[in-house]
Amino acid sequence: MTVSPDLDRRFRDSALALDLVDVGFDVVESPIGSLFVAASDRGLAAISFEARPEEHLEQLARFTGPRVLRSPKSVDATRRELSEYFDGRRRGFDLSLDLRGLPTFTLSVLRELAHVPYGETTTYGALAGKVGHPRAARAVGTVMNRNRIPIVLPCHRVVGADGSLVGYGGGLDRKVKLLELEGWL
Amino acid sequence: MHDVTIPPFESFYEQHRTEVMRLLRRRLGAHRADDAFQETFLRALQAYARLDHGEHLRAWILTIARNVATDTLRRAEPRAEPVELGTEDALPAYEELAPLTDGLPPAERAAVVLRYGYDLPYDRIAAALGSSSDAARQAASTGVRRLRQRRRTP
Repeated sequence: MTVSPDLDRRFRDSALALDLVDVGFDVVESPIGSLFVAASDRGLAAISFEARPEEHLEQLARFTGPRVLRSPKSVDATRRELSEYFDGRRRGFDLSLDLRGLPTFTLSVLRELAHVPYGETTTYGALAGKVGHPRAARAVGTVMNRNRIPIVLPCHRVVGADGSLVGYGGGLDRKVKLLELEGWL
Repeated sequence: MHDVTIPPFESFYEQHRTEVMRLLRRRLGAHRADDAFQETFLRALQAYARLDHGEHLRAWILTIARNVATDTLRRAEPRAEPVELGTEDALPAYEELAPLTDGLPPAERAAVVLRYGYDLPYDRIAAALGSSSDAARQAASTGVRRLRQRRRTP
């Protein structure tokens, strides 16, 4: 007694149209692997290289509310902009972001991070300086590591003071690919 | 009060949709079950953010489904008598109350079972029935009165 894919899709579309979804998500394919993507009515809430939704639903519910539903339409704008970015046709994102629940320091670091231009890099220390805590490079590293919206908030553009790539939440190979795409490597 | 959080709706939906569909097909046939399925989970979504804990969600969603089925049948035959709840889909969790409440009008039966079988507060019963808290309280109390009368006249 299965629910047909058509009925399942109609339910998910209706739920979104009736504004009954706190946060919608889907898995989006990309040249650097499948991405878990989630968006609320406030904006893009998450991108993850861990594409299995069950790894994210509880945490999303904590930030946005329990009505977490797979809903391809809810991430249409993100899907489109990501696709343009990976095709080399987009250098910045126009998506609004849902950063609910993040502490003040994290928000101020992410705000500075968002200003690092396409194809350029900055360092952990420089970002720390910009938010007024020049000795907090390590804390900035932690913020990068926990970045809920990588790619769009470009933590791949942050490198070590000596130019080494240091690390990346999605694995160094992905950081290399993103920096190659942007022409920095 | 147990410290149980409400599961993300996706998990809840994945867990219960097959059983909800089974119930609706049995009551309404394959053709009408599709619309009722959508209606059931949209009603659940509407009430979901107001739930204060995640217990007895299965009983809750099946009650919503039964009520949607009843509403569907009423709309189809406006002058027909309210549909009697059969025993064919009595649930394991209802075992104790099911035989006792069999034959009560659907809303009263649902209110009695959710109130006394699952100890749910009236606002959640109301959400399941698609009624007000007062109406849910009234349905439970009328149902209990009816059961008492039935016991006195075996």
